[in-house]
Amino acid sequence: MSHTAYFFQQFINALSLGSIYALVTIGLAMVFSILRLINFAHGDLMMIGSYSILMLWNAGVPVWMAILAGIVLCGIAGVIMERVCYRPLRGSAEMTTLLTSFAVVVLLENGVTLLFGPNTRPFRILNFTSPTFSIDSILISKIDVISVVLTLIILLLTTLFIKKTTIGISMRAVADDLTASHLVGIRLNRVIVSAFFIGSLFAGVAGLLWSARAGKLYPLMGFIPVVKAFVAAVIGGFGSIPGAVVGGYVLGFAEVFLVALLPPELQGYRDAFVFILLIFILLVRPQGILGAKTMQRRI
Amino acid sequence: MNADFLLKIDALSVSFGGVKALENYKLSLPPSRILGIIGPNGAGKTTLFNVLTGFIRPDSGHIHFNGQEITRWEPYQIARLGISRSFQNICLFGKLSVLDNVIVSCQIHERTSFLSALSKTRAYKKNEKALREKAWKLLCVFGLEKHADRRAMTLAYGDQRRLEIARALATAPKLLIIDEPAAGMNPNETQDLLDLILKLKEKFNLTIVLIEHNMNLVMQLCEYIQVLNYGRLAAEGLPLEIQQNQEVIDAYLGDTNNAGSN
Repeated sequence: MSHTAYFFQQFINALSLGSIYALVTIGLAMVFSILRLINFAHGDLMMIGSYSILMLWNAGVPVWMAILAGIVLCGIAGVIMERVCYRPLRGSAEMTTLLTSFAVVVLLENGVTLLFGPNTRPFRILNFTSPTFSIDSILISKIDVISVVLTLIILLLTTLFIKKTTIGISMRAVADDLTASHLVGIRLNRVIVSAFFIGSLFAGVAGLLWSARAGKLYPLMGFIPVVKAFVAAVIGGFGSIPGAVVGGYVLGFAEVFLVALLPPELQGYRDAFVFILLIFILLVRPQGILGAKTMQRRI
Repeated sequence: MNADFLLKIDALSVSFGGVKALENYKLSLPPSRILGIIGPNGAGKTTLFNVLTGFIRPDSGHIHFNGQEITRWEPYQIARLGISRSFQNICLFGKLSVLDNVIVSCQIHERTSFLSALSKTRAYKKNEKALREKAWKLLCVFGLEKHADRRAMTLAYGDQRRLEIARALATAPKLLIIDEPAAGMNPNETQDLLDLILKLKEKFNLTIVLIEHNMNLVMQLCEYIQVLNYGRLAAEGLPLEIQQNQEVIDAYLGDTNNAGSN
């Protein structure tokens, strides 16, 4: 394979991986911008989505129906999570809700382990990873195309939603100034539930893509992506939705090209390099690429 | 509860730690009036506004608005019932566009559900369009339409103040509460503000409560005045009565010849 072809191959990998990171990070950022809650259980929503899809499919539901239903279930799971775990703690310290999110992680991961067992299961419902076409020795698999196209569509729709609809404007308003949003009578619960629902739908899509890419799923599968999304959110600027997208893609590219450029004996340390990047950004530009300088206390 | 009053407050007390910010405050305000509240800094004026709009819970007392007791309601519920306010230190959505600031306030009486927003039903779209037009008209009343797409925080100070009032009106309030609207304005701007407030009162059929240090403005605008001092009602009455009340002059107004100069 020529150097150029190799570069393009990696470029496509990075684009595909970055898209999934962007999807996960948007959900994390949406909730954070409104509640100042870093919901580490967001990754487990991906897991719930993937399990739902697989279980429905195993039960004989047609594949596209299973995917759609799984993603919607994921959205509902997010809304329930807010109602049961986070709403009772509204107004408490950020540290409290952060720790609660870890409790939710433990609860969900162990719950699913109890229900379905700790084993890794194959996830090959659409044969997503098979190469569909190749250009000049560059292999492009279905999952790459689907990841990138789906993410771009979702980004476009999200932008329109946030910019144009009243709920979108309310979300930005609450994120901007909580006091003022009380003042003009915005129903906070509706905005928060919307953010959880939309973010969880995206987590469902990301879960599908993540499991399809890996060809497998397991109860702890949400951990790595949510930590990566956390890094991506820090890179982009925590709480900023455009920042989430930028951060997701920057992280995708950084990861893929690190592996491509590192000598083989260091490639196994890919995640270590990602976290070194995180520490570096936190030291040099803690507000991220697109983040605001200050971060006031919330709710 | 007397239905002749839009706002009725009885025996309202608020304290912060040992400090009594408001003590046994009372008010009976008929509709379509302009009430001025004056008093030195720290007299409890802004505390009163915060209690009225639900940002602070009172220790005791009752607030009735439009025949309903609202004493311990949440701010958003009070806003929905028809009390709207502007802040002493401007409280806009700085990162949102000028138009979005008004749209977000216009929508509080709409009953659109989240699902209809996602599915973009025809009724929903029509509704969104109506909201946008309503917000635009309101901007025109304030002469802010040329700045509609700018971020609110980039506006000049006077424009931000006017936007704040526009946004307060977008919730279609019965009672408008204005905290120091003339702060930082020169005499010309103050005169414009006076005309604007009178125009708005007529146009939107408002009852207005105003905190202001500019005595000129207060005396010209208000039909009734309350004087607060150390959280207590020191005096109340018609503007002329207040101007001649020796206690008020000593405590607050000082030399009446200079009263309008600040």
